[in-house]
Amino acid sequence: MVDSETNQSPSAPSFLPEGWEIVCGLEVHTELKTRTKLFCGCLNEFGSYPNTNICPVCLGLPGALPVLNGEALEIAARIGLALNATVQASIFHRKNYFYPDMPKDFQISQYDIPLNADGYLILPSGVRIGIVRAHMEEDTGKITHLGGSSGRIHGAERALIDYNRSGVPLVEIVSAPDIASPDEARQYVTELRAILIAIGASDGKMEEGSLRVDANVSVRPIGESEFRTRCEIKNLNSLRSLVRAITYEAQRQVEVYTAAGEVLQQTRHWDEDRSITVALRTKEEAEDYRYFPEPDLVPLEPTESWIGGLRESLPELPRQRRLRLCDLVGLDSANDQIETAILPELYGFVDAALNAGVDPKLVVARASNELASLLPIPDGYELEWFSDLCRMEMERKLSSTQAKAVLQESVKSLTPPAVVRDRLGITQLDDDELMIQIKSIVEENSDEWTRLKAGEMQLKGFFIGQIMKKTGGKADGKIAAKMLAVLLSED
Amino acid sequence: MGKSASEIAELVASGRRSAVEFAEEALDAIERSNGILNAFLSVNRDLTLEAAGRIDAMVAAGEKVGRLAGVPVALKDNMCQIGFDTTCASKILNGWSPPYSATVVQKMIAEGAVTVGKTNLDEFAMGSSTENSAFGPTRNPIDLERVPGGSSGGSAAAVAASIVPLALGSDTGGSIRQPASLTGVVGVKPTYGVVSRYGLVAFASSLDQIGPFSRTVGDSALALEVISGWDNMDSTSYDGAKFSLVSQQGVPMDGVRIGIVKEFMDGCDEEVLAAVRAAAEQLSKAGAKVDEVSIPETKLGLSAYYIIAPAEASSNLARFDGVRFGLRVEGSDIAETNVKTRTAGFGDEVKRRIMLGTYALSSGYYDAYYGKAQQVKTMIKRGFERAYRDFDALISPVSPTTAFRFGERASNPLAMYLSDVCTIPSNLAGHPAMSVPFSADSSGLPIGIQVLAPALGEELMFRIAFSIERSSGGGGFGSLDPALEEVMTGGR
Repeated sequence: MVDSETNQSPSAPSFLPEGWEIVCGLEVHTELKTRTKLFCGCLNEFGSYPNTNICPVCLGLPGALPVLNGEALEIAARIGLALNATVQASIFHRKNYFYPDMPKDFQISQYDIPLNADGYLILPSGVRIGIVRAHMEEDTGKITHLGGSSGRIHGAERALIDYNRSGVPLVEIVSAPDIASPDEARQYVTELRAILIAIGASDGKMEEGSLRVDANVSVRPIGESEFRTRCEIKNLNSLRSLVRAITYEAQRQVEVYTAAGEVLQQTRHWDEDRSITVALRTKEEAEDYRYFPEPDLVPLEPTESWIGGLRESLPELPRQRRLRLCDLVGLDSANDQIETAILPELYGFVDAALNAGVDPKLVVARASNELASLLPIPDGYELEWFSDLCRMEMERKLSSTQAKAVLQESVKSLTPPAVVRDRLGITQLDDDELMIQIKSIVEENSDEWTRLKAGEMQLKGFFIGQIMKKTGGKADGKIAAKMLAVLLSED
Repeated sequence: MGKSASEIAELVASGRRSAVEFAEEALDAIERSNGILNAFLSVNRDLTLEAAGRIDAMVAAGEKVGRLAGVPVALKDNMCQIGFDTTCASKILNGWSPPYSATVVQKMIAEGAVTVGKTNLDEFAMGSSTENSAFGPTRNPIDLERVPGGSSGGSAAAVAASIVPLALGSDTGGSIRQPASLTGVVGVKPTYGVVSRYGLVAFASSLDQIGPFSRTVGDSALALEVISGWDNMDSTSYDGAKFSLVSQQGVPMDGVRIGIVKEFMDGCDEEVLAAVRAAAEQLSKAGAKVDEVSIPETKLGLSAYYIIAPAEASSNLARFDGVRFGLRVEGSDIAETNVKTRTAGFGDEVKRRIMLGTYALSSGYYDAYYGKAQQVKTMIKRGFERAYRDFDALISPVSPTTAFRFGERASNPLAMYLSDVCTIPSNLAGHPAMSVPFSADSSGLPIGIQVLAPALGEELMFRIAFSIERSSGGGGFGSLDPALEEVMTGGR
């Protein structure tokens, strides 16, 4: 277990009154990208017609029994390994409670002996967040409330249940209370999501519910060693909600303490519209889940060789990728460009271009500035088109301005960059011709040229603009600037 | 005395008799007897005759038919088969028709068996007399004033009354062996995991095991060979356990070391004890070496069982909530619908055990109850293991008494629970055990001998059972109640 005391951020968040700090841990549920469900052969598929991916097992019909999906177990263990956790012998438990989205009226989950324990994750900032556990469990069905005015549970006239999601494999990743600010929470979820996507565990779609986050938040005066009462916040459907909810909740708790009140241990709901958290239930009302070992499943006893095989099969993780890109472009630590370039959605494009031998700086620039702005990249835009484009720019067959235009059009029309270039009639000036053009501009604007030579450096922009205008954008801005500099020093 | 399953299978396979004929005989017997016996909860005449017709067509076409070709089989009504309702003798499942068939049913059908109906039981298999059925008790065919035992009382009675040669039951704490003993038939609880539980409505998942009833040891051996084996739908099923059981008939007993479990003799009726001693003497004569053995841990079995079984049941039975299937009693919201449905749908004994189990699993009580009971389970297993260092198998009474009268124990749950004191330890250990009819008491009520063996020791268990059957003269004990006899043979 990580000692949270050694992991405090150097400074408390600025939105809290002086002397207070946040103690936050996150519980992240991720749906696993398996072919079939956790305990039966039904398809694990988002968006199917309601109640079509169902069978006696995931409907909890009398007499049906669960059988563990080996693919899900493998992915769950990969998550543990990617989070530096110990993959250990474990068992399943039943968590008993009545709710109509839970066909058996118990959830098969892991309790005191999870598959993965004691890991950690290092944020881009270098802060280390402990991972207490990452365990397997089954998802519930999905209830839609109909009728009534609010569209919410209260006042609804009836409820429809779709059991397609029932039995979909989940891994719940529980962090230590090492997160000291809303921004660290955002970084943590971002990094975790990138890891899950990198190892093929999840598609990371928060909007489809395949990544769901609950936050445990408490506050305390800086210097106090004991944890104070925490509240669990649910319904955090986006990174934005996560940041806003933790901010609100920490401020609320400080206000309660400042007014000499007591924070109650509660489950609270983030109300996005009103931008507040609302109490759902207090600890006294919490259910007794009557956990006991699931008798219908056998204990999991992963062997060393099985774990070793999974470890070897792990791909490059975001952190390694970040360090590698920094190294390639000659940076000591990651900047925003690097962070963008390692987005899971851009992995394939960046790797393809690097493998094609394109200058890493150019790859990172085009990926983080242009390609990232075009997310989500539509299916049909081929990996090598991006490397082709970068290569054309590197070989100065396109100016940077042209490259940006071609990239945009190439993604939009799902067309190879060479074809786009021809279609747009783009040709690149060769250097001799560009020099001739620049010289004629200098002659035509002799006044400005004299002033520039006298030290009015802001006139550089004027000349670049004139060059671009005259060449119809075919000139490479950087080359033009260099030639301008040569002319200046020559005279 | 009806024909045995192996006789029927041979007659049908050779084309001398038709499967339809046997199916009709069984259906007619159900119709004639059910008014007084109440062994069956439902039949599906069309489906049964259609299945039998298919077997006959296969025989006519010269196709290979299975080892149970045309054998009429009854299923305890907690096992699923497409085309039959599965009620578990509970109002909460009244009218529920499963969309799938249990693995055991598929295996029996694949060998040519023809299911003729679903048999009565204590609601959700909770009980030892079949008095807890929501659809009325089953009567003991040997004495209609007495219970057939339970919870698989309907299956036991159907076999004892020669309505069918073979039936399946489930045994969580003795629910096959005790009714077999009380009705004078053979009943087998296999090693936990030997028979798939897929499609058996769970009572206590870690203890439930399906097994056969028959009038001869050979028929149970045949049935168990058919229904046992790995099932990829049941994670707890054994991989690779394949027995040769039928072939155990007549294998000499020389040198087999058999222990009489001392603790199981405590508190038994004198006539029951005398039967066990007589059976032991017969086994000695056959060449076995018989001695007494003490397994004191088994004394704790009943207490541990009444924690573990209700705890698992409280969870297993949660799904009967009025949302997806079975009974639904509307409330003002879903929680009230749950409560109203369960209040109306479950009987007293089921409610009692759900409450017991819920309490035992509650936070703060878990360690003292469920945790402790699991320790006892391990102790009992070790106790048996110790005994099996000196003995190859064990024998004992099945039930401390012969069949008791209706109502005699129904009002006293503890007295009822004591019916299973000799059978429960095998479920806790996961070991095989069976009841073999041996003699009758002075009132003519059957007494069975329990044969116990270590895990996967089915072959030796059957070898001993065959020996007991031979020494007893074979063919079951106790003659049918005259009133039943008259109905069964009426008009012939």
